Amino acid sequence: MLTLTPEEQAAVDLSIRVSLWATVTSLAPGLVVAMLLSRGKFWGKSILNGIVFLPLILPPVVTGYILLLLFGRRGPLGAFLADNFGIVFAFRWTGAALACAVMGFPLLVRALQLSIDATDRGLEDAAGTLGANPAWVFVTVTLPLILPGIIAGTILSFARAMGEFGATITFVSNIPGETQTLPSAIYTFTQVPGGDVAAFRLTVIAIVVSMSALLISDAIGYFVGRRIGVEA
Amino acid sequence: MIQVDVQHRLGSFELNAQFVSDGRVTALFGQSGSGKTSLVNIIGGLIRPDHAYISLNGDIIVDTKHKVFVPKHRRRVGYVFQEGRLFPHLTVRQNLLYGWWFTPGTKRVGQLAPIVELLGIGHLLDRRPGSLSGGEKQRVAIGRALLAKPRLLLMDEPLASLDEARKAEILPYLERLRDDTEVPIIYVSHSVPEVARLASTMVVMKDGLVVAAGPTSDIMARLDLVPFTNLLEAGAVLEADILEHDEQFGLTVLALCGGRLWVPRLNERTLGSKVRVHIRARDVMISTRRPEGLSALNVLRGVVAELAPQRGPILDLRLDCGGQAILARLTQRSVETLGLRPGTPVYAVIKTVGFDRQTLGAAFPQANGADTTAIPM
Repeated sequence: MLTLTPEEQAAVDLSIRVSLWATVTSLAPGLVVAMLLSRGKFWGKSILNGIVFLPLILPPVVTGYILLLLFGRRGPLGAFLADNFGIVFAFRWTGAALACAVMGFPLLVRALQLSIDATDRGLEDAAGTLGANPAWVFVTVTLPLILPGIIAGTILSFARAMGEFGATITFVSNIPGETQTLPSAIYTFTQVPGGDVAAFRLTVIAIVVSMSALLISDAIGYFVGRRIGVEA
Repeated sequence: MIQVDVQHRLGSFELNAQFVSDGRVTALFGQSGSGKTSLVNIIGGLIRPDHAYISLNGDIIVDTKHKVFVPKHRRRVGYVFQEGRLFPHLTVRQNLLYGWWFTPGTKRVGQLAPIVELLGIGHLLDRRPGSLSGGEKQRVAIGRALLAKPRLLLMDEPLASLDEARKAEILPYLERLRDDTEVPIIYVSHSVPEVARLASTMVVMKDGLVVAAGPTSDIMARLDLVPFTNLLEAGAVLEADILEHDEQFGLTVLALCGGRLWVPRLNERTLGSKVRVHIRARDVMISTRRPEGLSALNVLRGVVAELAPQRGPILDLRLDCGGQAILARLTQRSVETLGLRPGTPVYAVIKTVGFDRQTLGAAFPQANGADTTAIPM
């Protein structure tokens, strides 16, 4: 009961790999966008805001389809990346990671934006008068202060990635060992006769992984909060 | 020497301030909303002014005409904020060393130890700002600003958020800062006692304009400025030598105005050293004959020098007591009864118990600093 079949194991491994990649690669762009939305004053800010949060309100299938149009083999971005950098998304696990990153991005940005909004600009001014240039101010003051937001956003984005289904299956289909993530595998098992047990086992695994992520984030958040003297 | 000429519009508020100062402590004095904080924010580089010329010892930091604007991290102008603004994620030691870390290596002479000692914060080094009291936070903030080796230190109402006990705790440290370091200070305040005790130069502001600027004792002795300062706290600020301590009654005797002034015992001061006395106008009584059978210990001879224009039943006047100015506040009725006019010889009567820790403080060391032990900065 406790040992997984190779197929189940592959789905779990793939899901974790895809989610980690999606989370790690979206962190830096997420920070940039959150800073722009929180601090920036520029033309087209509401358009940027709309684009970032679109995946949250669109049906995931639509997002997946748009990704397919843009990043498919013949899509404008997909063709460009494949020809120039050899990066292929269509029907690869990388595509699943991209879909997960796009779906988790609004959650990440929202969490970062809230904590950036909440930081005391006065502390950054103080750092400036002490001789720190803007880059150093960001690294030594802003970043440590928004660390709880970074952790919260990362966990949200990871959890969203673990659960991503609609956009992934639309964009990169459901290929065992390549693009069949945990949710896709559960879906597949529920579609075949006698797959109930396997679907249930994977469901339990999904719960365990997500719960662990949540608990770990809570623990990290607690320690970080204590470190910077914020009551968590 | 700091030279400031600023014009800046903030919504409907217009700041138009000019002053020049080479004092140790220049107080920007005025009621809330007079533009003091905006002005120091401009000097510190937190606000980009519409039109301004600011120079520090001849080094131009802002000149809008020639498109010069040195960013705040290159000004080497320290800033102690009203709320301290310590970094919550760093220990006290890391906070203190934050600016030191960014100062160019050759200028990193200011060591941690003397400044920690000056401010009495040695026992706090390993704690985090969240666990400090308001007074401790402000002392750490001052130390942090000093360790960045500033050419000028801005202090924006550093005591305003503290209760009276904490203020009394910090004031002596501010005096030591003024006397033991060489950094000129611009001190924003709306408190007459603080300014009277600390400032060598006063810049009085109202509605975004500079009303008057000059040495503190001159400004505090001007009757026409009383409405701009503070009616309750208005009064002359004088410097006096300590003549003797009266152990039996717990008093200290100062030489003032060619006479003697008895004040509550100043324990920490040695004979011969100078102290500052702030004599509130409302604590001074006037008599045309030498009073006898009076409980007040201080009776100083003088001459009425000037009467303020009448404002209701109360009238301020300036006395010339052996070359030093004392302000007194009387009723219009008393002035008429005593027939006071410029030139009338009078006796000023000052109650000893009218003096408290707020009205007595250390005087500045001599301008050339012969008797100071300066911290090598």
